Amino acid sequence: MSEQSSPELVSQILEGNIRGIAKAISLAENGLATQPKEELIDSLYSHCGNAAIWGITGPSGVGKSTLLDKMLDCLRRDNHKVAVIVVDPSSPFSGGALLGDRLRMQRYSTDEQVFIRSMASRGHLGGIAGATSDAVKIFDTAGYDTIIIETIGIGQSEIEIVKLADVVMLVLVPGLGDEIQALKAGIMEIGDIFIINKSDLDGADRLHSELEYVLNLKRENKPDLEHPLVMTCATNNKGIDELYDRTNRYLTTITQNGILTRKRRNHLEHEIRVIALAKIREKIDFNSRLEAQLDGWINEILLKKASPYKLINQKINGLIKEMKHR
Amino acid sequence: MTKKIRILIAKPGLDGHDRGAKYVARALKDAGYEVIYTGIRQTPEAIVRTAIQEDVDFIGLSLLSGAHNELFPKVVKLLKDQEVDDIVVFGGGIIPESDISFLKENGIQAIFTSGTPIKDIINFIQSCK
Repeated sequence: MSEQSSPELVSQILEGNIRGIAKAISLAENGLATQPKEELIDSLYSHCGNAAIWGITGPSGVGKSTLLDKMLDCLRRDNHKVAVIVVDPSSPFSGGALLGDRLRMQRYSTDEQVFIRSMASRGHLGGIAGATSDAVKIFDTAGYDTIIIETIGIGQSEIEIVKLADVVMLVLVPGLGDEIQALKAGIMEIGDIFIINKSDLDGADRLHSELEYVLNLKRENKPDLEHPLVMTCATNNKGIDELYDRTNRYLTTITQNGILTRKRRNHLEHEIRVIALAKIREKIDFNSRLEAQLDGWINEILLKKASPYKLINQKINGLIKEMKHR
Repeated sequence: MTKKIRILIAKPGLDGHDRGAKYVARALKDAGYEVIYTGIRQTPEAIVRTAIQEDVDFIGLSLLSGAHNELFPKVVKLLKDQEVDDIVVFGGGIIPESDISFLKENGIQAIFTSGTPIKDIINFIQSCK
């Protein structure tokens, strides 16, 4: 398989070449700490920042992909050029993945103005893949004005999407639990726009009033930001236009009042942190040493010859000394 | 740099029987591949565009309606038109023995008919790597 050089890929991305974009995303996924990948991403930064980045998240089975498909209807009606990144989990056992989200939006697969890419999480925690933010940059550079990321079906703490998206849409359905669940830390804190999908199901109105209560508390803390709550039934097209309007209005508001600028600064902070920590880890190359010595450590601790903190502190201090002398 | 093998499993044409395709998709996931499944009733155009966007290494086509001699080569032709030469196409389903040589002549690298052990497909994928 031919590997393309970074400058060649960058010019293909700038032209909006579909194959170039697709290959670049693969490079971002496969080449985690390689030079070609780093060169590629570095040369994209100056072109980025024009796209609106939407995140859509929520537990599995709530209808994220179906809603996203309906959002595509609205976005295409307004002539937007849209990229979609759909993330599904990789198997922790085989490393394989079954990526089935695009099935629900396959009618857009031949639309020239829509690019859909499935991504496996590849062991990355947080609800998105390690290369998702790179894929966003690639699409942004290629001229897609709206980029939508659908997370894996989340539980209570997979909230990394908030570090990447300008607007996070949290999708819920009736029947997931009482309002105590909604008061807990975690997913309820990351939503900008709250959606009750499958609004035709029993319990939708109750969930609506419970969420209103929780959101009112949230609004009190941050009076400059409204948090829309929208009822939808995606399969019947109910509430779709309202959701689309509220999302656009939200984006306009945060653009005008400066929140977007602040958010993007925070996103960059997160990104720099991640890169820096990864580089430090790489430099120390602690992992390979750990793997080589782990068996011995386990035995020592198992036989009660050592205790974990003491042993590990000792080993790490030894390692740092060794590095200084190198 | 570790490259994950990505495989598109697609059903062209009009038949709605996707048990086989889903079985293969699941089994390939369990074998460690990333499998993109697009569901039934896909046009060759949609399949090829999907394969390019997803940057897959293989396309596996499943068909039970009898239109394989038409639709399988169409997928291969569209790939050629787009100057894509690094995607391997294989097929499966209800394919009569007598059609297999025609399909292979038209660029479908392997045909797996019903009853094929999944291991044969995995061996084929590994041999193409």
